Amino acid sequence: MAAEGNAKPAKKLNLKENYALLTRGLGWEPSYEKKEDIFRNVDFEGVVIHDWDKWEDPFRLTMDAYWKYQGEKERKLYAIVDAFQQHNGQFNVTDARYVQALKVFINGITELEYDSHRGFNMLAREFPGVGPRIAAQMQSLDELRHATTQIHTISQYAKYFTGMNEFPYQFDRVWYLSIPKSFFEDAVTSGPFEFIVAISFAFEYVLTNLAFMPWMSGAAFNGDMATVSFGFSAQSDEARHMTLGIEVIKFLLEQDPANVPLVQKWIDKWFWRGYRLLSLLATMMDYMLPKRVMAWNEAWEIYYEQNGGALFADLARYGIKPPKRAPETIAEKGHVAHQMWSVFYANRDAVGFQMWLPSDEEMAWMSEKYPDTFDQYYRPRYEYWKAQEAAGTPFKNSTLPQLCQVCQWPCLFTESGDPTTLSLRESEYQGQTFHMCSDGCKDIFDDTPEKYVHAWLPVHQIYQGNCFLPGVDPTAPDFNPMVEALRYMGIKPGVDNGDFKGSADATNWEKWTSRPANIHEGAYTDAVRDTASTADVTARKAG
Amino acid sequence: MSVEIRTKGVKPLTNSFGHLQRRFGDKPATRYQEATYDIQSTANFHYKPLWDPTREMFDARRTAVVMKDWYALKDPRQFYYGNYTTTRAKQQDAIDRTLDFVEKRDLLRSLSQDARERIIHAIVPLRHYEWGANTNSAHVAAYGYGTAITSPAMMNTADRLGMAQHISRIGLLIDGNSGDALLAAQALWTDHPDWQPLRREVERLFVTRDWFEVFVAQLLVADALVYPLFYQHIDGALGGGGSSALSSLNDHLLRWYEETAKWIDAVIKTAAADSAENKALISGWVQTWRNRLAPALQPIVQRVLGNQADDALASVLAALDARAAKLGLSL
Repeated sequence: MAAEGNAKPAKKLNLKENYALLTRGLGWEPSYEKKEDIFRNVDFEGVVIHDWDKWEDPFRLTMDAYWKYQGEKERKLYAIVDAFQQHNGQFNVTDARYVQALKVFINGITELEYDSHRGFNMLAREFPGVGPRIAAQMQSLDELRHATTQIHTISQYAKYFTGMNEFPYQFDRVWYLSIPKSFFEDAVTSGPFEFIVAISFAFEYVLTNLAFMPWMSGAAFNGDMATVSFGFSAQSDEARHMTLGIEVIKFLLEQDPANVPLVQKWIDKWFWRGYRLLSLLATMMDYMLPKRVMAWNEAWEIYYEQNGGALFADLARYGIKPPKRAPETIAEKGHVAHQMWSVFYANRDAVGFQMWLPSDEEMAWMSEKYPDTFDQYYRPRYEYWKAQEAAGTPFKNSTLPQLCQVCQWPCLFTESGDPTTLSLRESEYQGQTFHMCSDGCKDIFDDTPEKYVHAWLPVHQIYQGNCFLPGVDPTAPDFNPMVEALRYMGIKPGVDNGDFKGSADATNWEKWTSRPANIHEGAYTDAVRDTASTADVTARKAG
Repeated sequence: MSVEIRTKGVKPLTNSFGHLQRRFGDKPATRYQEATYDIQSTANFHYKPLWDPTREMFDARRTAVVMKDWYALKDPRQFYYGNYTTTRAKQQDAIDRTLDFVEKRDLLRSLSQDARERIIHAIVPLRHYEWGANTNSAHVAAYGYGTAITSPAMMNTADRLGMAQHISRIGLLIDGNSGDALLAAQALWTDHPDWQPLRREVERLFVTRDWFEVFVAQLLVADALVYPLFYQHIDGALGGGGSSALSSLNDHLLRWYEETAKWIDAVIKTAAADSAENKALISGWVQTWRNRLAPALQPIVQRVLGNQADDALASVLAALDARAAKLGLSL
């Protein structure tokens, strides 16, 4: 049917050719405006790119294929979310302590997905090459998806449990949420190459399995079908993002040898930053999941020491070494979860979720999982605190902790090889002293002090009086600075914070489900019927 | 063991998130509301961006437009990621059937050489216009303020890549997947006098920093001229060569444009109504870019439409002016 001179049958295109034709030629060399005025952010970091076309598109997705593929995933996911909501799936989780882990998630993680979406959008605008820009656009859209699906699934929990109802407000204000917030803001405020090495490689490629596998399995173990569903649906996006991460590294390293030391510096920095952020998962895995999947030290062994080891062996041919502070992470793996939980417990009146001390059953598990550290250093502490609780004089911190200028965790970590000495570091800059929790964070500060002095350290701000709502009068006779600071942070004192036992969540849970709010302790209230699970606990306690 | 749950009569503690209750009252929220309102950080930023050290990471001062509430700029389509992707997937399924129909019957390849060359000359270079719109939309999504405007800008960024690829497919349907039509169109875009004035303005937009100005210039002004000119007027003229197949492919672009215009109009109308200063600013931008883009389109329109060109340009400009007036602008 083709016209004369056009009689050959149309060529069949394979996926790669189709993608190349539909994508590669879209850009052009500008001639009316200078390239450096159009793409203003790609030069200041010192990365050398000779040929953007050497970028191998890792996804090879045309937009129509993206819509169809993702649209199908969304149809399936929302069918589950709808069913979950209609059937009150929030009451099918193991117990109400599990929900405390979800609070950390919605308040601390969901906004990171959003910041990631915006950060990738900046790359989508600023990279001169078509291939990397399209990759960044699709990841930006994916990250928007993750923020959206997390909000849509967790909103059901937020209707029935405390402390999840103000997540964007709290993310900007709560003292410990500055840990994730400052992490991502550090990345987005960097240059585009540092951002993509930080997020696509150090975070997504090296560390993301650590977040996904234990956490998703944890949700599955504990009956949280909504979280499992959005998590596994997001995981197929993550697979693409990880491909992008390794592609970015290879592209940068192959473009010019001058990029190698820059990339190494960013890997060292962002591995440590990412590790400090994700070690929040250590407490979640070891303490907050009523039914545990694996211990933090096991996860670190599998997902960093083994997988990361193989990765960095592979990158050695480019002259890339394993992250500088990796040995510290291995030395700490038997301690971080316990040290963090202790600090949260001690400060439980100032956090937006409820806390408990580990049960006998849980401590037995930790003794088994942490034979070299738990019984020696942490069991005695918990037993002392249990005795204090029993005596009616529970231990609490009445002041807020010193924060690290870089990672913004309280300076709660101990020296490698000396778990009874706090690890404290300091640096002088422009006549002032800044405090860090570790050598890893001190390295980061010392490299760019002019950036980190701007950190909005919540505890400093609270003590400087900058964290009160308008109209609060610090000279009023009944002024309570802690209560006022909590109100500023969006935490309802006496509702969102404090002890799990006796909390609204625990009491409502037993009233609504007739099951114990803490499966390891039996019923707190007489709303719990004598079900099999309660009988189990009673029997175990008696035994 | 089956777990018995007494869920009947369990009243939620709250019907929606606190930030939604403060806006809409204590009632169940829609998924659009949950995914959109107040999501972007607004306070206590930690570091000065290395790429813009005098402002915050998210900063309302990246445009001269000032809004009392940036979340007033809502999207009447109420798109969030899920309904956005499923909507686009469905639309793509429909256009795929048309593409398949045209390909199987060689409808574009069987046109006369002259007709094919006219399509390559007048339509296929617009894939680069769409890629430019993608860049500009990404600028809005990256540096805009508030999720209400940046989320749909993100979706528009993706849409523009989709449209660039749709137009590329028209080229491939003409050249039998050799890619020759795309190469020819790129050469036209970068070198042919008919296209240079438009490319000049697209590149000028790449160095325009105020994201709201970029929004106005690209999504309101440029698109309001380009879409009806090429996919109605020029489509009609090319169709005179016997190509209803082309019209059925262009129709996809027009339908998308009409849907998107609802969002653009809602944003402009709300922003202009927010203050006299906004109205003056946006009106000025429309005037400036209208006066740049209309002459920039003249040569290519002239080439295809000949003595119909002035009428066609006048008609799309009149439609733009009427639309601007309806949105509360004064040109």
